[in-house]
Amino acid sequence: MELSSRETWTVIHGLVFGTLFLLAFAGGLAGLWSLRPGLLTTEGIKERMGRLYVGVWVMAVAAWGAVITGTWIVYPWYRVKLSPVGEDAYAGCAGAIVPNASCSPRDFLKSNVSGQTELWHNLGMEWKEHVSWAAPILATAAAFLVVYYGPRLIARPWLRAAVITMFVAAFAAAVVGGAFGAFLNKIAPVL
Amino acid sequence: MITDFKPGRHNDNEVAPELAGLNLEDKADGPGAAAMIAAGVGVFMMGLLTVLSEMSEGIGSFLSDFGGNIGVGSLAGKSTISVIVFLGLWAILHFAWKQKDVDLKKAFYIGLGLGVVGMLFMFPPFFTLFKG
Repeated sequence: MELSSRETWTVIHGLVFGTLFLLAFAGGLAGLWSLRPGLLTTEGIKERMGRLYVGVWVMAVAAWGAVITGTWIVYPWYRVKLSPVGEDAYAGCAGAIVPNASCSPRDFLKSNVSGQTELWHNLGMEWKEHVSWAAPILATAAAFLVVYYGPRLIARPWLRAAVITMFVAAFAAAVVGGAFGAFLNKIAPVL
Repeated sequence: MITDFKPGRHNDNEVAPELAGLNLEDKADGPGAAAMIAAGVGVFMMGLLTVLSEMSEGIGSFLSDFGGNIGVGSLAGKSTISVIVFLGLWAILHFAWKQKDVDLKKAFYIGLGLGVVGMLFMFPPFFTLFKG
């Protein structure tokens, strides 16, 4: 199986950065959750914190990687206007069953030439393209807080809960982006 | 809400005796508050620009110009401005509050409130209500 340049970038955007993000989130959340008084020895804290710092920063970097490649590389291929004819913006999509050289994924979805697909763009893509940017912003701030306070989070349950809230909110934003991205790539792939 | 940093204000070693062996110095809460507020403002800005772009074709066109001829559309400006505002405000607050104690709960709730509004502004059934 050979991947085209566009497919390769789609894989980097969603699969590579997305998977890294998910892995780092799971590890980071488990690490943060267990930062409670009485659970760890002093040596255990030292060992745990190093791993946690790496995890939260990997999550933040992966989120930036996903939104930057998604917005600046993959998204223009998704939304390009290929073959409008006069008033008919979707003329190039006539008879299409998947996006093609004359019908971009966005036009394919909006044209409804293969079932009622318009909502996938109007809700799915429109939500995904915006809300995904909240993920790196929140993940970066959360990573900073984890590193800045470090083991002190063990003694400050309220602050730890605040950091977990930001961490989970970053994940939730990424889930919207990732889930719609997976569905959209199935229905209207960037080829 | 903002006071000068006084080391020893937190009693971390009493709450968690296992921290005593780490000899941790007390830290000002200003930089933590700066990160919380800046994150909220960053998310809010993304939402606000999404609504404004929907309301006005002129604003949408201005935001699209950030992408040159790459074809990103108004998302180019929305994301670029939001990230600049997030990082810029964070840097300013961080250095302004480096040696200050700031009420972290207030900072968190300000950031949370802004973030929630920003998320709502980015939800298509909401922002399309403002279509100009």
